[in-house]
Amino acid sequence: MRQSLRERLSFTDIFMWVVGALIVLLIVYGSISTLIIGRYSPRQWFDFVVNGIMLGSVYALIALGYTLVYGILRMINFAHSEVFMAGAFNSYFLGTALNQSGFLEENPVVGLLLIFAMAMTTSTIVAVLLERIAYRPLRGAPRIVSLITAIGASFFLQYTFKGLYGAGVKPYPRISVLNESLAFGEFKILYMQIFVVAAALVLMAALYYIVQRTKVGKAMRAVSEDFDTAALMGIDVDRIIVITFILGGALAGAAGVLWSLVFPQVNFVMGFVPGLKAFTAAVLGGIGNIPGAMVGGLFLGLIESVGPGLFLDGLKVTAAHQLKDVIAFTMLVLVLIFRPSGILGEKLTQKKA
Amino acid sequence: MTNTILSANNVTKRFGGLTAVNSVNIEVKENSIHSVIGPNGAGKTTFFNCLTGFYKPEEGELLFNGHSLVGLRSDQIIVLGIARTYQNIRLFANLTALDNVLIGQHIHLKAGWLGSALRFPGIVREEKAALAEANRLLNFVGLANKGNQIAKNLSYGDQRRLEIARALASKPKLLLLDEPTAGMNPHETEEATIFFRNLRDELNITILLIEHDMRVVMGISEIISVLDYGQKIAEGTPKEIQNNAHVIEAYLGRGSAGNVGKDQVAVAQTV
Amino acid sequence: MKNKLVQPIRIGLVSGFIVIFLSLIGMVETFDKRDVISEVISLGATVLLLTILSTAYLAARGQGKNGVRWMFAGGAVSGLVGGIVLALFILATTLVDMRGVFINVKPPLINMLTLEQEVLALGLTYLIGVSTVTGLLGTVLYLTPSRVRRALLIAFLCVLALGVMQELLRVTFANIRFLADLLRSLYEKNGLSMVGAAGIFIVTFTLSLVWSFVQSPVQDRLAALSPRGQFILKSTLFLLLFAALFFIPKILDNVYIGEVLSNIGLFILMGLGLNIVVGFAGLLDLGYVAFFAIGAYTVGVLTSPERGGTLNFWQALPVAIAIAVLFGFILGIPVLKIRGDYLAIVTMGFGEIIRILVLSDFLRPWLGGAGGIVGIPKAEVLGFKFAGPIEIYYIILIGIFIVVFLAIRLKDSRLGRAWMAVREDEDVAQAMGINLVWTKLIAFAIGASFAGISGAIFATKLSTIYPQSFKFDVSINVLALLILGGMGSIPGVIIGALMVVGLPELFREFEDFRFLVYGAALVMMMQLRPEGLWPETLHMRELHHEHAPPEPASTDSIRAD
Repeated sequence: MRQSLRERLSFTDIFMWVVGALIVLLIVYGSISTLIIGRYSPRQWFDFVVNGIMLGSVYALIALGYTLVYGILRMINFAHSEVFMAGAFNSYFLGTALNQSGFLEENPVVGLLLIFAMAMTTSTIVAVLLERIAYRPLRGAPRIVSLITAIGASFFLQYTFKGLYGAGVKPYPRISVLNESLAFGEFKILYMQIFVVAAALVLMAALYYIVQRTKVGKAMRAVSEDFDTAALMGIDVDRIIVITFILGGALAGAAGVLWSLVFPQVNFVMGFVPGLKAFTAAVLGGIGNIPGAMVGGLFLGLIESVGPGLFLDGLKVTAAHQLKDVIAFTMLVLVLIFRPSGILGEKLTQKKA
Repeated sequence: MTNTILSANNVTKRFGGLTAVNSVNIEVKENSIHSVIGPNGAGKTTFFNCLTGFYKPEEGELLFNGHSLVGLRSDQIIVLGIARTYQNIRLFANLTALDNVLIGQHIHLKAGWLGSALRFPGIVREEKAALAEANRLLNFVGLANKGNQIAKNLSYGDQRRLEIARALASKPKLLLLDEPTAGMNPHETEEATIFFRNLRDELNITILLIEHDMRVVMGISEIISVLDYGQKIAEGTPKEIQNNAHVIEAYLGRGSAGNVGKDQVAVAQTV
Repeated sequence: MKNKLVQPIRIGLVSGFIVIFLSLIGMVETFDKRDVISEVISLGATVLLLTILSTAYLAARGQGKNGVRWMFAGGAVSGLVGGIVLALFILATTLVDMRGVFINVKPPLINMLTLEQEVLALGLTYLIGVSTVTGLLGTVLYLTPSRVRRALLIAFLCVLALGVMQELLRVTFANIRFLADLLRSLYEKNGLSMVGAAGIFIVTFTLSLVWSFVQSPVQDRLAALSPRGQFILKSTLFLLLFAALFFIPKILDNVYIGEVLSNIGLFILMGLGLNIVVGFAGLLDLGYVAFFAIGAYTVGVLTSPERGGTLNFWQALPVAIAIAVLFGFILGIPVLKIRGDYLAIVTMGFGEIIRILVLSDFLRPWLGGAGGIVGIPKAEVLGFKFAGPIEIYYIILIGIFIVVFLAIRLKDSRLGRAWMAVREDEDVAQAMGINLVWTKLIAFAIGASFAGISGAIFATKLSTIYPQSFKFDVSINVLALLILGGMGSIPGVIIGALMVVGLPELFREFEDFRFLVYGAALVMMMQLRPEGLWPETLHMRELHHEHAPPEPASTDSIRAD
């Protein structure tokens, strides 16, 4: 009954564990080196961490969109990155107009609210159109078909925006109050950073409330558990799906504004990399799992921000910051290989026959 | 005294809190036709899945001709000589019938990537022979001219036959059939019953059968094992099972599903 | 009465919005720069009219059961509404300056849309009028017998194609006297001449019409040929094809065409490789560009003196292939247990990782960083240098023949069937004895090798390779050509490559909108024809035709005693 160890472990398993162990070793060695050398001051570490939390919150918002759609439709909405971009881009126009008239400087709060409204509305519209036109006709089709449709939609949207608004990079309005900072001791936090994290938290809390405490949320959870049974219980599945896309879209739009405030520019390809990273975050936390997306986002943001300094430098990698995307993508690959259910996700049993 | 070709001892399979197969003991004699029956959800298909390596039982032993099956992958198990068909027909839907059967012969062909790419003469011969064999098998199950049809376009009955042809292509010693007559009308069912018996007689294989249709079960089984809620509750010849109180209760005492049970019991007792 | 017209009104609205969309993204204006028929009608106008026409066609079809009068009404209404929507849009642009937001709302566009009338009201009226008339034409089109309609469409497409390809044709055949003269007579300044267009239309219309009558009997005759006869026919066609592929570039003696054909060829090579991974084995690999990069960089590093390379192309080529295969295994092992969409994302991640590494300063000492690798020598054989695109084309052509040969052999083999089984149902494939690990890995490896070959040739062709050439876009291009042509189908790869690489070359204006069209095409293909333009099963049926077994003696379905 006990098979030999040899039978249980195949060559590929060994290969993977060796690779995994190597990576862990490299990370540990690199971290220790950096810390010993003391290349970075506590102030710099603090900045890395705060930055990581800030970016992570934005990733979390976008990740929620992926996870909501996956939870309900079991498909990866590849075009979600363009939903994000659309909101950011449209809000740019409103923001610039408000900026030029001076309104934004004098009434930053109202101005920002308007910008958010614009972004979230745009993103929502794009998300709903996506669902209606591209995804709904293909419900029940093989996964590969939905994925390709999503990829096609993503490209279509990207280049539509390029056609509409031009290929150039557009500077996002800056709000001066956000660029001031709060200092204590050596350490400084920008109001911007506080604002981003706070805004993200508020939105995430709102989503959590909707999903857990309202009737609509309950319906959403039912549909994501079991499509057919939910329909039999009288839930209008189509409507719930649209609502899911609306929620995901709104969050992505908000994320678009936050991102553009941090990296003050928009352009038509701005969605690709954050989208991919947010997807990583969603998978990290456990796809389909809402708190998971939040945790995953924060985790990814931190690793990405602290990582290059922490271990890549220690490994004598030149210009380590160029490789921060590599860290994110490597995380994605590692998670999908070693723990596809994510940090918080449940193990999905594979029914074979 | 015939050999036991397959012996399952205390096989247990759990899914979280649910014990789908609970300490099941079954001995299948070589060359016999052995049926496994039971109400829906009794664990029959799960048991098959343990036999073919889709699931790994938590406890118990499965011995096939002396080889232990537990922990083996399904591609290792078919080499030992066990092939199966599926409850929900799992053909390679977009491939032709011929291709399905050819794939069934996979373990008996030797062609590698290099030989195929460069078309070594030995491999060309092998392909030709394989094609002839595939046609012969299609003929055997009654799909003579349908080799070039795409599997998903075949009629339901033909698809079931194709699945059997594909399973036979691997030259199994033990054939597992999972509800092979589901969806068939009485005439087709009768033909299928005769076919299975012929199969066993001509090819000298052992057949292990999951069935709901009592005519089939009572008609061709030599031994019947009855499962209910994952446990074996009875085993014996058709006559013994027909009148077994536990079995009758299992089928009848299922509330609203008991009506189905009633019919099955009624049919069983008239055969 | 009103509700019968609801659908045409809706269709009209949609068509109006499509036209506005096309205008806003700049397609109309860019296309307007080129005339189909010189000075008469531009490509931009053609696109607009086509939109209104086809939507009106649909509107008329929708009125099918209501009778002819309603069909005309439907078509007209659809055209009318479309025109009104467009007119409102134009009015809006005159009232509000949208340039700051929508960069393409420029005077030339408005000018064109109002048919170049000075007075706005007049222009708008003409616009609505033209639109309505086009709508009626849509109905007319619907009512024409399908034979004639098909011939009309083909003739129209030929005129359109030839009108658009003016420069291309002129450049291609510049070195062949009589063709160049013929072209000169067909074309005028900016497009076809009226005479030329009319001539082409009449000729192609007649030919298509004749073919539609003759098609059936001809096909019957061909099918009735003896196997020997069919073999002779097929062989002759193949020989002609070979001859064309070999001799035409030399005859044309045209660097531009050589360049285009080479690019198509490189994509065919990659397409054939990805076809094995995605088409045969069903493993959705979005990071395929990584292997292309590996092939190119291996050749670059090994042959370029700047990088200390001392080998020549032919020595570096096998190494490039070997390393690509190695990476095929390395990148394949981690993803063996990952399915479907996750696999796509992970492989995309791999592709990006490789691209970033190749671009990074970290690896600059070996791979050249952002500056890439320069000074890659051209391939040489016995003193003959494959210096230009035409020479490289022949290397690529030979490469394609070898790769196609291998692909066809593999497809119809035990391994090919194993791949397809894995694609159809992985678990059952395993239960049939197929070793999933090996089957998947070798798919990755062989696929990678084809991309490696393509990359290697790419490096020597350009003599310089930059990281920019290895972006995610390349993976998408290859995937798009596979989807369009038909996954798993070898002729499909060729068709796909012709479309994906050839079309943008055909008309340059298309370049800007390339990905937009790909995106829309992918979405539409998945909804309308997911099996592609030359699907695999057609090919399969053909291949197996000669394997039909003889008639059995008895016709009973199951043997019974």
